[in-house]
Amino acid sequence: MTTPAKGDGTETSAAGAATLTKDAAAGETLLKVTGLQKHFPIKKGLLQRQVGAVRAVDGIDFEVKAGETLGVVGESGCGKSTMGRLITRLLEPTAGKVEFEGKDITHLGVSGMRPLRRDVQMIFQDPYSSLNPRHTIGTIVGAPFRLQGVEPAGGIKKEVQRLLEVVGLNPEHYNRYPHEFSGGQRQRIGIARALALNPKLVVADEPVSALDVSIQAQVVNLLDDLQQELGLTYVIIAHDLSVVRHVSDRIAVMYLGKIVELADRESLYRAPMHPYTKALMSAVPIPDPRRKHAKSERILLKGDVPSPISPPSGCRFHTRCWKATEICRTTEPPLIELRPAQQVACHHPENFEDQAPQDTVLLTAAKEASAFVADEVLAASAQTSVAVAAEANGSTEVEADADADADADADGQESTDRQK
Amino acid sequence: MTELSKTGAALGEPTGTSPAPTSFLEVRDLKVHFPTDDGLVKSVDGLSFQLEKGKTLGIVGESGSGKSVTSLGIMGLHTAGQYGKRKAQISGEIWLNGTELLSADPDHVRKLRGRDMAMIFQDPLSALHPYYTIGHQIVEAYRIHHKVDKKTAKRRAVEMLDRVGIPQPDKRVDSYPHEFSGGMRQRAMIAMSLVNNPELLIADEPTTALDVTVQAQILDLIRDLQKEFGSAVIIITHDLGVVAELADDILVMYGGRCVERGPAEKVFYEPRHPYTWGLLGSMPRLDREQQERLIPVKGSPPSLINVPSGCAFNPRCPYADVPKDNVTRTVRPELSEVGSRHWAACHMTQEQRERIWTEEIAPKL
Repeated sequence: MTTPAKGDGTETSAAGAATLTKDAAAGETLLKVTGLQKHFPIKKGLLQRQVGAVRAVDGIDFEVKAGETLGVVGESGCGKSTMGRLITRLLEPTAGKVEFEGKDITHLGVSGMRPLRRDVQMIFQDPYSSLNPRHTIGTIVGAPFRLQGVEPAGGIKKEVQRLLEVVGLNPEHYNRYPHEFSGGQRQRIGIARALALNPKLVVADEPVSALDVSIQAQVVNLLDDLQQELGLTYVIIAHDLSVVRHVSDRIAVMYLGKIVELADRESLYRAPMHPYTKALMSAVPIPDPRRKHAKSERILLKGDVPSPISPPSGCRFHTRCWKATEICRTTEPPLIELRPAQQVACHHPENFEDQAPQDTVLLTAAKEASAFVADEVLAASAQTSVAVAAEANGSTEVEADADADADADADGQESTDRQK
Repeated sequence: MTELSKTGAALGEPTGTSPAPTSFLEVRDLKVHFPTDDGLVKSVDGLSFQLEKGKTLGIVGESGSGKSVTSLGIMGLHTAGQYGKRKAQISGEIWLNGTELLSADPDHVRKLRGRDMAMIFQDPLSALHPYYTIGHQIVEAYRIHHKVDKKTAKRRAVEMLDRVGIPQPDKRVDSYPHEFSGGMRQRAMIAMSLVNNPELLIADEPTTALDVTVQAQILDLIRDLQKEFGSAVIIITHDLGVVAELADDILVMYGGRCVERGPAEKVFYEPRHPYTWGLLGSMPRLDREQQERLIPVKGSPPSLINVPSGCAFNPRCPYADVPKDNVTRTVRPELSEVGSRHWAACHMTQEQRERIWTEEIAPKL
């Protein structure tokens, strides 16, 4: 299933890889992921029989539009990095589909992917291990040209020096080695390499988490400027919610291989709907000593993330959620658009009316978990849910229908229109 | 720069003539220098502060600003031990509860270490021994300082694991570090540090390796334990959010020196050093409306071998030319009092800094 605009997108990408990437008009779907899964097999014994699988990514759907930044957040082990490697096709998906500019790239081989490598690039987390210590900066940043057989106007060296300047490095450092640079400078080298071939999509996996605060801000601003100048599309994977909020237009929150909430930045941070999103945001330490004793707003999650080898049944968050009821244990909530541009997978969302109001008996685990949540927070959340329900009074039926429709037509144009 | 002799010095009496302080912990003009082939690395170059019991001091700064070296210095982990010579040159005074540690007998410091002062390290996986069970390691820490049998010590270990929130502590006490998740390892390490009820706890980036939800749990735990045991806590971090949560006082380090020190509220709301402004401007904040752009500090942290002359921050400081006569590049600024219990080391006048902060910096944050 392709959106109409995609047809010409593919052609231009093949023809004009070396030109500036303005061809995918802003707002068109650049990347589309449906039902994406990656299970890493666990093998044991002499015969290396498969005894299980780590369900790192377990069925996720999202789209990235040209020119926007999608932020992906979640705790370690939630599958966000695996997701990044799947969409750049550094890993082969177990199931599902990845479409780039309408072209199915899910099972392309190395040679099939090579032309696409110009358009999809990656920035890695660790600037120490992602640069070859035996190569000079010139070789590292120039490698994409040599590999792709592209001869930029004025020669590779001149182009590399221009790129170094673009990312704020001294072009005279062309012949230096990575160890001569600091962490922030190395990350800039990684960015220069990623930008060499004018990619359309840049996937950045924790681009700033290894950097110092002051340097982090420099790199965040650099990514921002480059996006405006070159019309780049970013998928930025990070665990730092404040950084993600700063850089993203839309944000996907992942938990145990699933997207639990996908919304535009404003809605997500103003009124998070998934309890996990809410807990995650409340956990961020606020740099304001006057709020030091406002401990009550914090939602502490009990224990650790369950193992992705055998994720909990139903809603994966139900073992740690303070709102979990029987339905959460048995039925997996679908990711549906409850509010325009805010998709949530939850039976009992926050800041919205309850999706399963008939189910009111808390699970024992939920009762324990709610002991860690201040009464004020619980009361406030119940209040907003009631208020939203009252607002939608009467139209509940209609809205539910609309949601169901949208879900069915999620791939069609209707949903695209709705999001605008 | 004098290298103090570590042997034979009487307890309590420092090499200097200054009297013993009244504070629980007082560091005076601490210098830790490492001679290397490339030159002398001045990791800590004249640091002073006090800390009372029951209070928390937050030390913030970038990597290489000397935060961790300071904490290892207080713990006495730089000094030449019996297992060979470490090359650190240490001078200054560290007073803990009336005892000067740098001139004290290493055996005496060793008795204090782990009992009166303990440390939580950044990376629990490398700080725990992989061959021994968690319980074994906690029991060891306890029995070194308490003459008790193994059973009693193990009971104590279980009790501590329970206190730091490890489920089924009687079973988990026999687990190996690799069987614990990151957050649980950090809890186990906190249990180990606190097993002897230390009066001084140094936490060096205790939550940096952890997820934000686990970080929240650990910060809560440290706060509760401090209340319970009344210890003095030094928390070292680069995350201003973490210090704001925990610290009563904040010390900002840059290039091995303190550039600003004061009560947490003052440092956040009336900072008087351009580097502190830079740190505050670099940080995306969840509690504010979306900032248009971050205001980073330009350039990168200085080399500790060639610390810039004058004010170490001058090459990165946007206001380096405000004071007259190029003084920022020639004279090193000393800490001067800018408010009650609040010091900053900057050549700009108090009025200039107040004006720049209120007119240029604060509105943009």
